[in-house]
Amino acid sequence: MFKLSDMSYKNQRILIILLFSLVPIVLLFTFAYLPVIKMFQYSFTSWNGLSKTMEYVGFDNYKTIFTKPEYFAVFKVSLYYFFATFVQMALALYFATILSFNVRMKNLFKGILFFPTLLNGVAIGFIFLFFFKPDGTLDTILQMIGLESLQQKWLLNPKLINISLAGASLWRYMGMNFIIFLGAISSIGKDIYEASDIDGANRWHQFKHIILPSIRRILQLNLILAVSGAIGVFEIPYVMTGGSNGSGTFVIQTVDLAFKYSKLGLASAMAVVLLGIVLIVTILQRVLIKEEA
Amino acid sequence: MHNVKYTTASVFKYLTLILGALAALIPIVVVLFASLKTNAEYASTGPLTLPDNWLNFSNYTKAFVDGKMLLGFKNTLIILVISIVGATLTGSMMAYILSRFKFRGSALLMGAFLVATLIPAVTTQVATFQIINSLDLFNTRWAPILMYLGTDIIAVYIFMQFLDTISESLDESAMLDGASYWTIYWRIILPLLKPAIVTVIIVKGVNIYNDFYTPFLYMPKSDLQVISTALFKFKGPYGSQWEVICAAIMIAIIPTLVIFTALQKYIYNGFSQGSVK
Repeated sequence: MFKLSDMSYKNQRILIILLFSLVPIVLLFTFAYLPVIKMFQYSFTSWNGLSKTMEYVGFDNYKTIFTKPEYFAVFKVSLYYFFATFVQMALALYFATILSFNVRMKNLFKGILFFPTLLNGVAIGFIFLFFFKPDGTLDTILQMIGLESLQQKWLLNPKLINISLAGASLWRYMGMNFIIFLGAISSIGKDIYEASDIDGANRWHQFKHIILPSIRRILQLNLILAVSGAIGVFEIPYVMTGGSNGSGTFVIQTVDLAFKYSKLGLASAMAVVLLGIVLIVTILQRVLIKEEA
Repeated sequence: MHNVKYTTASVFKYLTLILGALAALIPIVVVLFASLKTNAEYASTGPLTLPDNWLNFSNYTKAFVDGKMLLGFKNTLIILVISIVGATLTGSMMAYILSRFKFRGSALLMGAFLVATLIPAVTTQVATFQIINSLDLFNTRWAPILMYLGTDIIAVYIFMQFLDTISESLDESAMLDGASYWTIYWRIILPLLKPAIVTVIIVKGVNIYNDFYTPFLYMPKSDLQVISTALFKFKGPYGSQWEVICAAIMIAIIPTLVIFTALQKYIYNGFSQGSVK
């Protein structure tokens, strides 16, 4: 019988490298790189996704995106989510900081603040449809605390809709930032706090001079994720409003163009633009962070 | 040193914590309330009113049966198990190769896995769809399974990070005993990777259970519905029956809640490790 251990380590090495990397490489290429290549190719055609032939149209699709305002306007929507992410990270940092010191019922608070992050995206969409609907949760709470005058058509008013949706997104992802920050803060040695206590530092000093510098890298990494996250927003607005009332994001528009209106060429060009922006932002920030360090 | 003084600062601290906890809980708790109300009761009471009968599960039965939630759970479970086993095996094999052997192209390979994490999967769906289609995988469970294995490469990282902490002297002493590389991987490395495997199971499990767009785009056939797509279907026909939709939401949430309460410690660790690349 053939036995692997009878082979020399040199031959075994070659065999095992080939065997172990074959499947992961094929999967990586087929589902991560091939789509990017194909997307570039489609973006120069007027293909509808079905016909056997593709007509080459040069840069027409890109011209359409950059000259027709309705295609590019959706980027404005990302800004709402982008700002929401800052609020989200600030809240996460605040809660992570206070929960890394002595607090009663620490674990309960930690669990409650983190739990929303684990929930199913569609469930969250529905929860917030219920929350924002007329006479829904939010309106009822406002009435209860005597602020009826603030009741709004949260998801029907085009001026408010993106703020409401970005709020739902904040609720969903705050816990993730929170738990990452909490993990980073807890890896700071106790002795540093003790030493600073002796030096008469208060909590604010400790936050500014101990916590903030030691989790800076993680803050920066999360900021990168925030930018690409804001550009790639899809699930919450798609489940809740389907992109109506001016809540359509770049990804919703791309998916609709490709799968609803069969404009695969144009959709691919949009996806290429999107990918380009995400990559530029990410690389730029990684380079900046490296230079600082 | 830490005397509890009820200073303004500590009042503020607890006030904000309670507000934060309420903000996290109220949106879910009101859904629980609504799910236990009868249709008439729902119409006549506000969202913050407690249900009359805490044991009125009729909406749950209706949502579970009409929404074919059992089918959703079954499909989700099949996809989840195959994807996780697959990701654990392929991820740990790849990580083993990359961390233990330096060969021509190993740096390039590592780079290829790194760069792939920068590509947000949602942007490339337009073209991925055509690939799935040309492989005849559209409307099969293999479409999401292969995509979870191919595009979400986080498992490789988690394993590589962990492998750095396993001393290579273990490998070497096994080689002195004449163990093959396969034996080293299967008998020594894989068992030692157990904590990393737990992390992979948690991070991937949560992602897959909660994913909506992959099953939505690639498995529209109703026999193949998963929890996310089963829930999404309530949007149209039940538009006015919020008490039934709320029961469906709770059905999707309960497994998450149970697993979270049971595995809290592992989940916190998993997410704080799994997300820092």
